[in-house]
Amino acid sequence: MATQSAKPKWTDLAVGTAITVPGSARQNRTGDWRSSRPVWNHDECIRCGVCVIFCPEGCVHFDQEKPGYPSADLEYCKGCSICAHECPTACISMADEEE
Amino acid sequence: MEQRLGLEASIAIAEVVGRCDADIVAAYPITPQTHIVEHLSELVADGELDAAFVPVESEHSAMSVCCGTAAVGARTFTATASQGLALMHEILFIASALRLPIVMAVANRSLSGPISIWNDHSDVMAERDIGWVQIFAENAQEASDLTIWSFRLAEDKRVSLPVMMNFDGFILTHTIEPVLMPDKETVQAFLPRWEPLIKLDVDNPISMGPVGIPDIYTETKQVQQHLLTQSYGPIVETLDEFGQHFGRSYKPVETYRADDAEVLLCTMGALGETAMEAVDRRRKKGQKIGLVRIRLWRPFPFEDFYRAVGDVPVLGVMDRAISFGGPVGPVASEIKSAFYHQQQRPKVVEFVAGLGGRDVPLSDFDRMFDAIYETAETGKIPAPAIIGLRE
Repeated sequence: MATQSAKPKWTDLAVGTAITVPGSARQNRTGDWRSSRPVWNHDECIRCGVCVIFCPEGCVHFDQEKPGYPSADLEYCKGCSICAHECPTACISMADEEE
Repeated sequence: MEQRLGLEASIAIAEVVGRCDADIVAAYPITPQTHIVEHLSELVADGELDAAFVPVESEHSAMSVCCGTAAVGARTFTATASQGLALMHEILFIASALRLPIVMAVANRSLSGPISIWNDHSDVMAERDIGWVQIFAENAQEASDLTIWSFRLAEDKRVSLPVMMNFDGFILTHTIEPVLMPDKETVQAFLPRWEPLIKLDVDNPISMGPVGIPDIYTETKQVQQHLLTQSYGPIVETLDEFGQHFGRSYKPVETYRADDAEVLLCTMGALGETAMEAVDRRRKKGQKIGLVRIRLWRPFPFEDFYRAVGDVPVLGVMDRAISFGGPVGPVASEIKSAFYHQQQRPKVVEFVAGLGGRDVPLSDFDRMFDAIYETAETGKIPAPAIIGLRE
């Protein structure tokens, strides 16, 4: 599961559950209900970027740590598997989150 | 300073809203509430009340405007009845969830169909679970006083919730009674300008009413349950302060000749006054009957109610609406539920009376008292009875 900041208790909610900090939706981690996540096989990956372009959430990026290879930001990835479906070399597999 | 005036409850309410210095009145005229908003529009047009009167095209819009104006910190009033209250339905939940201290007078009227402009409590009973403070007045003085108090409670920072002041259509709205009308200075000394807990402000932007995803919705409902239940303390406190300030005191549950009563009848709203007369007549014949009159409907004042009922063996409950296909009387259902876990609990005899403006004369109260006594003697609880039904 995606990492999630501590969820507020009922006593922590703002008055009327208002959003009191403008732009704070950026802090929301929206990938916590994913049931599977994409895993790249770097031996097969040709670094074409099709997965980056097709990701409907814009959360597949070229990785900073392994230059040239894509990876998904798991705080936002919903596990839709479009990247795996579109990959021309079928190098992306969907790993079950429960495992 | 106060004047003794002959006023309809409707005009008395409009006059005190003026003296409360409301900033906004957004309302749609509907019988039998119309005189309130008519008189308020006159007060605004004549320059006696410095407020914006928003003549909306429906009650749905009226309550929506009220949400918007309360959200920017304006003292907001509206009034409605029956179909109008029903048309507000979805917005009523939003007003309480967003903690908007709107004050609304509801001139209780039956719901169509068949079309009926007359009095009963089917309109308010359909709005039981909207998360508002709901209180009932029995006469024009109470309707006037409780309107002033409603602003005070709604704007209390510990509460910050909308308040619905119920008073019976026609029985009160169109009846001229003597009313002690306080002057503006006295009202405003009790009701200072308020500072909202939270408001829409372009310099400090916030979003009110965002989506509540499954991760947060449960917690927001607990907040509402907690706040409305906890508002009981401020309710009693501000009613006491009202008494000290104006010399007229109100309690969440009122009783009449209940201290030495053998049996009790429970009423809510204006018919409590007829019931008092009916009790007096039976008392003259030596029957120790008493009344329990519910003033505060939400939050339901459980402890006050248990104390008021005490250890009487039989309690009659008079409803002014029907929960179709369910427990018949919504108030009786609530009371039976309240007593379910109590060690000491009376037998509850249920009545429905005064639907759609059907008169409830003293003789109808006699029928109810007879049925209550019969249960006291036989121990048998009859099926809920619709008083005055032609069979």
